[in-house]
Amino acid sequence: MARILGGITTSHIPAVGNAIANQTQDDPYWEPFFKAYPPIHKWLAENKPDVVINIYNDHGLGFFLDQMPTFAIGAAHEYRNEDEGWGLPKLPPFKGDAPFSWHVIESMVEDEFDITSCQELAVDHGFTVPMQLFWPDGDHPPAIPISANTVQHPIPTLKRALDFGKALGRAVRSYPEDISVVILGTGGLSHQLDGERAGFINREFDEMCMEKIVSDPEALTKISRMELVEKAGSQGTEFLMWMMMRGALGDVRKLSSNYHIPISNTGAGTMLLECV
Amino acid sequence: MDPHADIPGTTIFDGKMAMIGYALNKMCYSFNRAEAREAYLADPEAYFERFGLNEAQKQACRDKDVLAMIEAGGNIYYLAKFAGIYKLNMQDIGAQQTGVSPDAFREKLRKAGE
Repeated sequence: MARILGGITTSHIPAVGNAIANQTQDDPYWEPFFKAYPPIHKWLAENKPDVVINIYNDHGLGFFLDQMPTFAIGAAHEYRNEDEGWGLPKLPPFKGDAPFSWHVIESMVEDEFDITSCQELAVDHGFTVPMQLFWPDGDHPPAIPISANTVQHPIPTLKRALDFGKALGRAVRSYPEDISVVILGTGGLSHQLDGERAGFINREFDEMCMEKIVSDPEALTKISRMELVEKAGSQGTEFLMWMMMRGALGDVRKLSSNYHIPISNTGAGTMLLECV
Repeated sequence: MDPHADIPGTTIFDGKMAMIGYALNKMCYSFNRAEAREAYLADPEAYFERFGLNEAQKQACRDKDVLAMIEAGGNIYYLAKFAGIYKLNMQDIGAQQTGVSPDAFREKLRKAGE
């Protein structure tokens, strides 16, 4: 049966993609961010996951407001990266694992999570930047993208996100193939790009979230969506992806953690959680 | 009853805003494609007409006024693609919306880390 090795969180800020493209990772601005990744590279090299499930939020490449799925799961053999309009270099396609995707979709819907299945899906920086960060040589395993809506309210509740993860965990662990899986929760932490409150970052709230997501994720389900917008900023709602990842893991131990302000307009958090 | 909180300086992009901004956001979504960006730059007014923007949306685009674009229903993820046409990054946009210079905005971000 398939097993889950652990989960990894990271911010997926587009500027990180530019820093990678321009090879400026060692600059004083970037070093406090990129130093979080070598321990994760080592863990991935030692554990060699067969599949990566990448939970991210599309930012207006794969989906538009004409049809906006709350939860979408990729079911393709490969996923294209495409032009997002502001100059990130386009990456080669990412290999998928369509049979595994369909197992996950079957299981999730049986578990009463009504999924949008995608046999074609263009993946944006929310998906690609974490792949570049965790596998800088490009030698990543096949990937399954899962995108949740944070573009347009109503967005899922934090409880729904955690419950989604729990159902995802059951789905993965019921797959009869003997494979190992790592789950990424990407996005966040606090940031707000729009309005007179643009530039809002909240270290105290981010640090609380990074602590509780390890020790007591259920406590975070008490946060309302509007409270999340207020305390994490409009785009800090991407923390839902971390909750989705966390739900899939069960009991964990934290192997590494890093937090740095600012990367672009964002409080950037990185964590490696291993299933126990 | 409005289910959404009143958070100063923050527009909750919900169904109400999505209805107001659909044409503007659809135009900005088209800017994912290079040929759309070129067509826009060649004749912005014709491009506005093609997507059926209202006058407030057109004027906000002419002025490159991000707060006005948000008031006219723009969603920041799509507006980012509009900003990209003019090589404006998120610090430039943040500076414009908060009425400070890009350097002052970057300094504010840096200070949040102290």
